[in-house]
Amino acid sequence: MPVNFGASATDLLRFLPEIILTVMGTALMVLDPVLHKRASHAFGHLSILALLAAIGAAVYAQTDPGAAFGGMLLVDGFATWFRVLVMVVGILSILASYRFLARQEAETSEYHALLLFSIAGQCMMAAANDLIIVFIGLEISSISSYVLAGYLRDDKRSNEAALKYFLLGSFATAFFLYGVAITYGTVGTVNLTAIRAALSGADAPPVVFVTLAAALMFVGLGFKVSAAPFQIWAPDVYQGAPTPVAAFLSAGPKAAAFAIFLRIFLTAFGPIGADWQPLVWMAALLSMTVGNFAALLQTNVKRMLAYSSIAHAGYVLVALTAQSNTGTAAVMFYLAAYAFMNIGAFAVVSHVSGRGERYQSLDDLAGLGRKQPMMAAMLTIFLLSLIGVPLTGGFFGKFYIFKAALESHLVWLTVLGLLNSAVGAYYYLRILVMVYMHEPGEAAGQTEPLTPGFRLALILPALGTLFLGIFPTRVLDFALKSATLVK
Amino acid sequence: MNLLTLVLIMPLVGFLASLTIPRRFPQNSRAWALAVSLATFAQSLILLSQFDRNTAGDQFTVDIPWISTPDIHFHVAADGISLWLVLLSTFLTPICVLISWKYVQDRVKEFFAFLLLLEFGLVGVFIAQDLFLFYVFWEISLVPMYFLIGIWGHSRRIYAAVKFFLYTMTGSVLMLAAIIYLYNRAGTFSYATILDMLASGKLTFAPGEQMLLFLAFFLAFAIKVPLFPLHTWLPDAHVEAPTAGSVMLASVMLKMGTFGILHYSLPMFPVAARQCAPWIAVLAIIGIIYGALVAMVQPNMKKLVAYSSVSHLGFVVLGIFSFTQMGLDGAVYQMLSHGITTGALFALVGFLYERRHSLEISEYGDVATAAPWLSTVFLIATLASIGLPLLNNFVGEFLVLQGTAMTHFTWTVYAAIGVILSACYMLWMYQRVFYGVAKADVKRHMPDLGLREWAAIVPLIVMMVWMGVYSQSFLPPVSKATARVLEQTHINVPERVELRQRSEVAHAR
Repeated sequence: MPVNFGASATDLLRFLPEIILTVMGTALMVLDPVLHKRASHAFGHLSILALLAAIGAAVYAQTDPGAAFGGMLLVDGFATWFRVLVMVVGILSILASYRFLARQEAETSEYHALLLFSIAGQCMMAAANDLIIVFIGLEISSISSYVLAGYLRDDKRSNEAALKYFLLGSFATAFFLYGVAITYGTVGTVNLTAIRAALSGADAPPVVFVTLAAALMFVGLGFKVSAAPFQIWAPDVYQGAPTPVAAFLSAGPKAAAFAIFLRIFLTAFGPIGADWQPLVWMAALLSMTVGNFAALLQTNVKRMLAYSSIAHAGYVLVALTAQSNTGTAAVMFYLAAYAFMNIGAFAVVSHVSGRGERYQSLDDLAGLGRKQPMMAAMLTIFLLSLIGVPLTGGFFGKFYIFKAALESHLVWLTVLGLLNSAVGAYYYLRILVMVYMHEPGEAAGQTEPLTPGFRLALILPALGTLFLGIFPTRVLDFALKSATLVK
Repeated sequence: MNLLTLVLIMPLVGFLASLTIPRRFPQNSRAWALAVSLATFAQSLILLSQFDRNTAGDQFTVDIPWISTPDIHFHVAADGISLWLVLLSTFLTPICVLISWKYVQDRVKEFFAFLLLLEFGLVGVFIAQDLFLFYVFWEISLVPMYFLIGIWGHSRRIYAAVKFFLYTMTGSVLMLAAIIYLYNRAGTFSYATILDMLASGKLTFAPGEQMLLFLAFFLAFAIKVPLFPLHTWLPDAHVEAPTAGSVMLASVMLKMGTFGILHYSLPMFPVAARQCAPWIAVLAIIGIIYGALVAMVQPNMKKLVAYSSVSHLGFVVLGIFSFTQMGLDGAVYQMLSHGITTGALFALVGFLYERRHSLEISEYGDVATAAPWLSTVFLIATLASIGLPLLNNFVGEFLVLQGTAMTHFTWTVYAAIGVILSACYMLWMYQRVFYGVAKADVKRHMPDLGLREWAAIVPLIVMMVWMGVYSQSFLPPVSKATARVLEQTHINVPERVELRQRSEVAHAR
């Protein structure tokens, strides 16, 4: 297939969000010596500005959807959805970071630059229609994330998190790349649409090699979305990473990884769906079970949320197993709802943990409801959504996932998944028990003033969670419309 | 605005508005909750006066599209059964506000806010006509109750609250699976449409399929009722809950389960329901006798009343699965009576607790001398609970027993044992608490009923007598609705299962 490397204006327009983010990321590093001492907040403001502009660009690009750079990128509703999602995650993470960075007296320019690069990579993943672009996006996103996880240089746990994340992450990426290589060797193309055409054509290549390639990519992607049995890194990384970074990691890179998961497995490997379905089926069940049961035993809130994020990856995989438009829409909707509720929950944890992130244990949340009722109320909304109580985004997302699964006749997976969510309720309730039913401890009493930015980092996710739970119609319609484009 | 929607919305608006009351004015929170709950009750009385008693169908219907894909509607309506259950909820909420007036001193604002939210959820459960909406209310009512038990309960409150939440949640997720499955089969969440499709044969279930769906729904309902052996959350929740929590839980929340069986399980899955009926009846009878026996040996008054609920609710389930007009009527009447009587008993036990700070029977004695009025009122509630004629429980139990006797006389015999036992445990408790030798402190700390307490308890006593003496005020709309349910259970029921039904009819003639 001839590829035209010259970029037309349309190509650039469709790539504009990534360009804006990269330029701003670079600019922040250059501006560092100039702005450094005078206005450390400026880096955050500029990043948010860039993200808003990039969201605008992404939405604008959606008015004229189509392929760019000779089919390597594909801007469609699906891509726009995930681009906007990861950028919103970025904005919320930055809002939650202001106070954290000031508290830790950390460098702000590099932090924000890395965040922007990571998001640029994720945007690329969302719009990728070519395995090489997927890989490049994945690497940009991952390498920035490794550094962010270890951002607190002097903190042992943060270092451990970064190293573990980096070693296991590179290993997983290697698996993915190996899969890409085999695919290219067998099918002769790395373009997702072309792979699909080749696999469904009359002279399809031997299914053994393609399945092997799919399995290898599944390992790589399974790691990125922290699905069992590739989840070992997640608890350590989430616990060790700075809390706003953990919030970001659990929502942004995960959403982008699921985006390429869907693209690769539904678009490219769609024709051999029956072959890879058992794999995803098992990973879904395993993730839900491992995540929920391990979370029951945790005493560190960040670790608990890490295991919960493994379980939620399992729910999303259930929708992927369904291999249908409803399933795709369910994944899209759920990841949006999940981003809101999870970032919100992490933001509360970040607030409570205080300077140096001392207060991270479950007991430290004791009596929050008495000392800081608004904070506790916000946390309650997020946790109820994570449990899946109606009128929250989490419930409707879960409902939609299992609806998709039942449509595809995955009755057992549905029953086991729903029972799992009842198990999951227990550890979220443990947090609520601490917050409302125990007497205040040392941590709840510290009343660090809330900055306007941090307030937004709590209120926006809470509103988002409730909005998706009460008025999901328009969002869902867009997701459903976009989902058809994936195939 | 539609009357029924107004009854639903008012507690919600009251809840949201109460969040804005500053924490330093607890008295305002109390007054606001009382005002809202009284206004809601007044509104529901208007609803009652407008209700057409001569039709069996749904009334006050509102149907507004809510979510487009899947097609979910805000669809509410009331029939003769849900009407009374809505009234029960709105009637008991102001009473709960009154009995919590002094009992709750800590985090007052939150307590009364949760009480209003609970009322919203409960009313919603009874009037939802869209399965998705029903599930939404079903789960929403769980959250305030969890907090009521967990925050304002007694010493083991956390254990009880979490157990309550997890039990209910486990049951309801399977119901959610069944609801989604139904949607995928029928293409709608509208309950009326699903019933029409079933009646016209557009939607049919394979036998195994129907059985699984029935069980998925039934498990959720049976946990809520609670049916033996799924009842173990109930004593914990009741004992640990604050008085108002116990009252709402026993009087209204348990009825969510029996209402669900009557309103959803029977009409949608008649074949499976009939096939399971003997097994369920056995469990109900075990519950009746076991609940009564366990109640007898309880040293704790609240636990005693809680186990008596297990026993009384067994009658309701038995009545429903007799598949007779009388049995169904009796079941509904028993649901309402139990709501009034047990609500009163829990409230009175709460009054005793406020005076003496103990729930142990052995800590009391000779209360009758110190507080004669309290003793008198307690006695009326006790006699009502036993099923004395001319008081409310008698009507319900009698109808249930007569209904079951038409089809299964043995069931009646065993269930009647429960009636006898109830006299034993209730009167024995009454004797130990109110007569006998007084503990030292009883005399000093036992003032008689105050004005607020009178205001809370008199309406309940009036209802006990009214429902016992003149059941015609209540029964006709119920019979209309239960007759419709019964009719629906005949549709598409194969010959083999129908056979028993014919003998029932012959017997009745």
